[in-house]
Amino acid sequence: MAILDDLQLSRREVMATGAAIGVATVPAAADAASGQPSIMKVSFTVNGQRQTLELDTRTTLLDALREHLKLTGSKKGCDHGQCGACTVIVDGRRINSCLSLAVMHEGDEVTTIEGLGSPEKLHPLQAAFVRHDGYQCGYCTPGQICSAKAVLDEIKAGVPSHVTADLTAKIQFSEDELRERMSGNICRCGAYSNIVAAVAEVAEGKA
Amino acid sequence: MRAFSYERAKSPREAAAAVAADPTARFIAGGTNLLDLMKLEIETPARLVDVNGLKLDEIAPTKDGGLRIGALVRNTDMAADKRVRKDYGVLSRALLAGASGQLRNKATTAGNLLQRTRCPYFYDTNMPCNKRTPGAGCSAIGGFTRTLAVLGASEACIATHPSDMAVALRLLDAKVETVTPDGTERSIPIADFHRLPGDTPQVETALARGELITAVTLPKPIGGTHAYRKVRDRASYAFALVSVASVIHKDGSGRIALGGVAHKPWRVEAAESALPRGARAISEGLLAGARTTSQNAFKLTLAERAIGAALAQARA
Repeated sequence: MAILDDLQLSRREVMATGAAIGVATVPAAADAASGQPSIMKVSFTVNGQRQTLELDTRTTLLDALREHLKLTGSKKGCDHGQCGACTVIVDGRRINSCLSLAVMHEGDEVTTIEGLGSPEKLHPLQAAFVRHDGYQCGYCTPGQICSAKAVLDEIKAGVPSHVTADLTAKIQFSEDELRERMSGNICRCGAYSNIVAAVAEVAEGKA
Repeated sequence: MRAFSYERAKSPREAAAAVAADPTARFIAGGTNLLDLMKLEIETPARLVDVNGLKLDEIAPTKDGGLRIGALVRNTDMAADKRVRKDYGVLSRALLAGASGQLRNKATTAGNLLQRTRCPYFYDTNMPCNKRTPGAGCSAIGGFTRTLAVLGASEACIATHPSDMAVALRLLDAKVETVTPDGTERSIPIADFHRLPGDTPQVETALARGELITAVTLPKPIGGTHAYRKVRDRASYAFALVSVASVIHKDGSGRIALGGVAHKPWRVEAAESALPRGARAISEGLLAGARTTSQNAFKLTLAERAIGAALAQARA
């Protein structure tokens, strides 16, 4: 059936098409007071590549990455900063990309899961997640790994946490520290124990 | 989300003037609370004035031995600052008890103070709420009240203030520095910064329209044992049912402030003279006038016991 043949698009292609139509129908003029979308140009670096986009000011960093740059590794879970699936690293710090406007990232350096490693050359954390089965469905995994990367850097930089016993002493990695610091990344499948094992292996230099 | 125009402010005064002149404009800094509320169309600004470029992100000593913490200092950086950790441990602890690592990396000093309540009825746009629509009524009264206020509430609103940081600032007698649209600067004691709901729960702070927070100042260190004990439904990344900020001195005197119980951080200085006589003694004054429901009466017992735990921790 021809109609069905037309529908043989992958889910990703459908979403990409949808996004393209969305951009095409947006008027270029900005008139927010009358409720019309406001369009702005923004440039930032993603995984080492300079990107310039013209975006509706409402576009979150997450939607810019996924819908405009087709970097679909970063996931949209709750879209309200509660689940951590959208975690990316901006100028060395992990943030919820769903709670940040793309236009507020002029000149920033963004690292997503695609920038940490590749299928041919996995980041040590990615390899450890595979080795320890640190997931079931995998939807939260890119956020977990970006978050874990930043957590290890935060501990190295001496940033304390809620479970740090002595605020004035040097911060040491521990599984308690890791669990507390990763509390903004929810795993609906409950793969937490394997996630802790994977990150601990990298933190302790056994990976 | 409704459409909005976006601009980057060039000076604090200019930012204040821009927002003062346009009732549809809002400041944006970290954006973690504002954007959440904009997605739900609880907040519907037509214009956002980004204040992130205003260089209000330094922590510096004051001439009277305290610290001046810029409005744009990220919560992570305030909590990690060596001077804050050493001399104002309760503040560092309160910050680290709040939100998640990702959120603390974006959230700012001023934004933390100005965050809105997490009352479930404020968030549910299908239910009347006097904060969202003044005069519409309060759905929380007579509703699900377990997490809501037991002190200082009114017939119009029983929401709590969600901040942990603000509870520590209240304990430390911090001041909120602002600039008004005409360039005047003022310094607001934290005790007067957040308001009780009264008949106007939509008015949450002492700020005038367009008035911009530039910093929070801490008086010189007061010594003592600092602690922030937060009781919540999860071990991490949850709002407080009750929290206790405490500074206890060797002779048993000290200060106590509570979070999770009122529309603002709750501290009763007059009750603190009872602190050396224990948790029950101070709780009598601190929790006087409480009005509870069958769902949230536990907060009074919990507050007293959490204060007891803080005292035991200080003695240990």
